[in-house]
Amino acid sequence: MFGAAKELRAICARGVVCLQIAHVRFTVNHMVHYQARLDATFAALSDVTRRGVLEQLGGSDASITDLAQRFHMTLTGMKKHVSILEQAGLVSTEKVGRVRTCKLGPRELEEAAAWIEQHRQLWSARFDALDELVEHLKRKEKADAQRKRR
Amino acid sequence: MPNEREGSSAVMNRTVVERKSDRELVVKRTFNAPAHIVFEAWSKPELFKQWWVPKSVGMTLVSCDMDIRTGGAYRLVFSHPAFDQPMAFFGTYREVTPHKRIVWANEESDEGAVTTVTFEENDGKTLVTFHELYPTTAALEDALAGSAEGLPEQFAQLDELLAGRS
Repeated sequence: MFGAAKELRAICARGVVCLQIAHVRFTVNHMVHYQARLDATFAALSDVTRRGVLEQLGGSDASITDLAQRFHMTLTGMKKHVSILEQAGLVSTEKVGRVRTCKLGPRELEEAAAWIEQHRQLWSARFDALDELVEHLKRKEKADAQRKRR
Repeated sequence: MPNEREGSSAVMNRTVVERKSDRELVVKRTFNAPAHIVFEAWSKPELFKQWWVPKSVGMTLVSCDMDIRTGGAYRLVFSHPAFDQPMAFFGTYREVTPHKRIVWANEESDEGAVTTVTFEENDGKTLVTFHELYPTTAALEDALAGSAEGLPEQFAQLDELLAGRS
């Protein structure tokens, strides 16, 4: 039943790619809102080179030239991969002088905010219910005390 | 009762959630009642059952055993339409100080959190601080997924999504 997901987990059993998958998995919760984002993310993660790039950037930032050399491809080819990762928010790039440096993207920060929001919703609901129960118990205690006094 | 919520101000009742560190979650809320009442609602299974699982989560608390004393055990069993099997959460109370403090260690896996809840009474109101400490960052990241939403459901959704793409 969970075949495809299992396969995906097996493909990226470790490192930063796994971290990104955890984020994707988390994002699945918000599927209605993030459908388009998910499409971009899955498209970005569907390629072995791009998963390798993420793993590489999890260790340290790198220039497009570095990455092209490491993955034995042309500068143009690597630029295309990086651009797909960038559109998915998995990588961000910055050009300093003539060198474009790549690092892991802003997605992580967004996920952290979403994580807090999800917990906030759970706990607000939980504590609203506790609040009602506590009000009820308090009134009951008062009523009992008054009855005893009489 | 029409005035059911009289005396509880909306501002005071705000729930504050904070990720204190990579491995810590802190939730705070002030309740308009003395500590012994809030503690009672937290420590008696029949009362605990009434508020612990928000309706929006879609889960049912099937059973709730709480031997609430230092060294005592707890076991909560949940069911969810998306799970074939009910899910059990269990562990041990490391410290129980009535009306003040409960500490429990979750024992379903090595990645279980240690949770500390404190009840601080001030002027008839009680500040509840819920503090969870996870052994690893990954365990904390997965915590909500594992408890409230459930991984099987998420992986089923992921499966559908991936199946649609291939």
